[in-house]
Amino acid sequence: MTTTTPPAAPSSPTAVPPRAPARPSPAPGGRLRAWAGRAPLMPALVFLVVVTQLPFAATLVISFFDWYALDPAAREFTGLANYGSVLSDPAMRSSVVTTALLTATVVLVSLALGLALALLMDRAFRGRGVVRTMLIAPFLIVPVAAALLWKHALYNPEYGLLNGSLSWAASLVGVERPVQPDWISDLPLAAVEAALVWQWTPFMMLVLLAGLQSRSPEMVEAARLDGAGSWQIFRHLTLPHLRRYLELGALLGSIHIVQHFDAVFTITAGALDTANLPYTIYHTFYRAHEYGLASAAGVLVVIGSIVIATFALRVVSSLFGEEASRS
Amino acid sequence: MTVTAPSPAPARATAVPPAVRRARRRSAALGVLAWLVGIAFFLPVAWMVLTSLHSEADAATNPPSVAASLTLDGYREFFGATGGASPWPPLINSAMASVFSTAAVLLLAFPAAYALSVRPVRRWRDVLFFFLSTKMLPVVAGLLPVYLFARNVGMLDNIWLLVVLYTSMNLPIAVWMMQSFLAEVPVALIEAARLDGARLPTVLGRVIAPVVGPGIAATALICFIFSWNEMLFARVLTGVTAQTAPVFLTGFITSQGLFLAQVCAASVAISLPVLAAGFAAQDKLVQGLSLGAVK
Repeated sequence: MTTTTPPAAPSSPTAVPPRAPARPSPAPGGRLRAWAGRAPLMPALVFLVVVTQLPFAATLVISFFDWYALDPAAREFTGLANYGSVLSDPAMRSSVVTTALLTATVVLVSLALGLALALLMDRAFRGRGVVRTMLIAPFLIVPVAAALLWKHALYNPEYGLLNGSLSWAASLVGVERPVQPDWISDLPLAAVEAALVWQWTPFMMLVLLAGLQSRSPEMVEAARLDGAGSWQIFRHLTLPHLRRYLELGALLGSIHIVQHFDAVFTITAGALDTANLPYTIYHTFYRAHEYGLASAAGVLVVIGSIVIATFALRVVSSLFGEEASRS
Repeated sequence: MTVTAPSPAPARATAVPPAVRRARRRSAALGVLAWLVGIAFFLPVAWMVLTSLHSEADAATNPPSVAASLTLDGYREFFGATGGASPWPPLINSAMASVFSTAAVLLLAFPAAYALSVRPVRRWRDVLFFFLSTKMLPVVAGLLPVYLFARNVGMLDNIWLLVVLYTSMNLPIAVWMMQSFLAEVPVALIEAARLDGARLPTVLGRVIAPVVGPGIAATALICFIFSWNEMLFARVLTGVTAQTAPVFLTGFITSQGLFLAQVCAASVAISLPVLAAGFAAQDKLVQGLSLGAVK
């Protein structure tokens, strides 16, 4: 919804309203044609600016007010006080750490697993289409449904599949009372992460598989004839080729997982140190009715994200440059 | 890296040098490994479907009762046959929000992508980055003003508000994807049509759309899936009448798994449109999700 100032500020020439005052210009025909060229872009641009930029501007304004929704009469301008409260609030700080941990863990683990799976799927074997379809399934389950599935059908300490399998395996070897961990209480963050890794590994696999299949087979063949082993080919040929795809997977995964709300909301409801920033802000505004505080937190998230976005845009930009130079 | 499939003719194995035979055995082993991993990833989905087909008593046993008799009770319960809240209004709301916002996205993104790829406007790359940058930051940072605005103009619990928001949510991705698809349309084709006197709507509709049809389909699919899956906006901005399917599903959280078969049936039913669409268009999905950069 909200936005940093991107490389192209909305005030760039392309964003000038179409009905700019008509001034005498040396080449009126050229100017007219330029506007005709931009016209198809305008509806999308205007719509996006109105629906995403205005709310963020409003968030910025609200963040300067002490605004407790259940006592609206007491609303007053307090300057940066909300920012001080947010920055000194241990719960808020811990949710920053949680967000970073959650995002980094899920992206890295699912990227590594996805790479291994993509390498497996790049080989011909019987039933590859079926295996591929099975692997994609986790990514296609509605996120709330996936979170419910993990919480109730898999993690539940009494009848979940995980503990059920443990007691089944124990009964095979004659153990009467097997360990029955309460997964969500014992390992809350890991429980959320496992569910997200399960959903995101297929996506990483698909992106990396597309990368593998765009690699030239002749090069691999030539390297093999020169006596290179599988590991050498992977290390010096495949991995460099996949770099862009790994970066792309990490970028797209990060964009989504930094903002992820559903699994945290469903599996732990933010308890036990699993509240990430989206959940904390949601809670501050929707449950605690602290509009000013929630907005300040939102603005801080945006500022933090500018750093990530700048880096991420550079990655995409290099992808882009490569494509442009190819054509 | 590419190794041939395990040969179906082991009778000739004696004629094969040992090194090749070793490579084949390794390849077969890796094929088995791929199958095992595939099954492991699919297992939770299969378990969800199986549990949804069990009675509540059989669903909640430890160790699990894999062989228990199958029943559609979970689904009957979910679809309100036994007096619970009917899921049809939320399902219809979700379908409306997803279909209408997808249509709006396509209508807005197609001309924009055309302007950005076929007839590049000045600083087009900056404009493209601006579109993408709107995707990069948390939606929660704009949620409160949207909520306050909707409350003040009486748009809370209104499906059209979600349509507008989902359109803005998916528009950047759609512009990016379509831009990359449109960049592949030969310029000569468009120039020829323009020389023949075709106006912009004709060029878009008659000349370009047929060429990039699959790309448009991929874009539509992705927008549909993201809208169908969305929960945060829907949860905050809708209540009773405009409730969507994912929000309806969160109503099961409080039941603490008491009705496990029903929860699984609900999850399967609500995931089904996305599963069906995704399986039907796997390749398109990859290409689209990676913003068209992966081909």
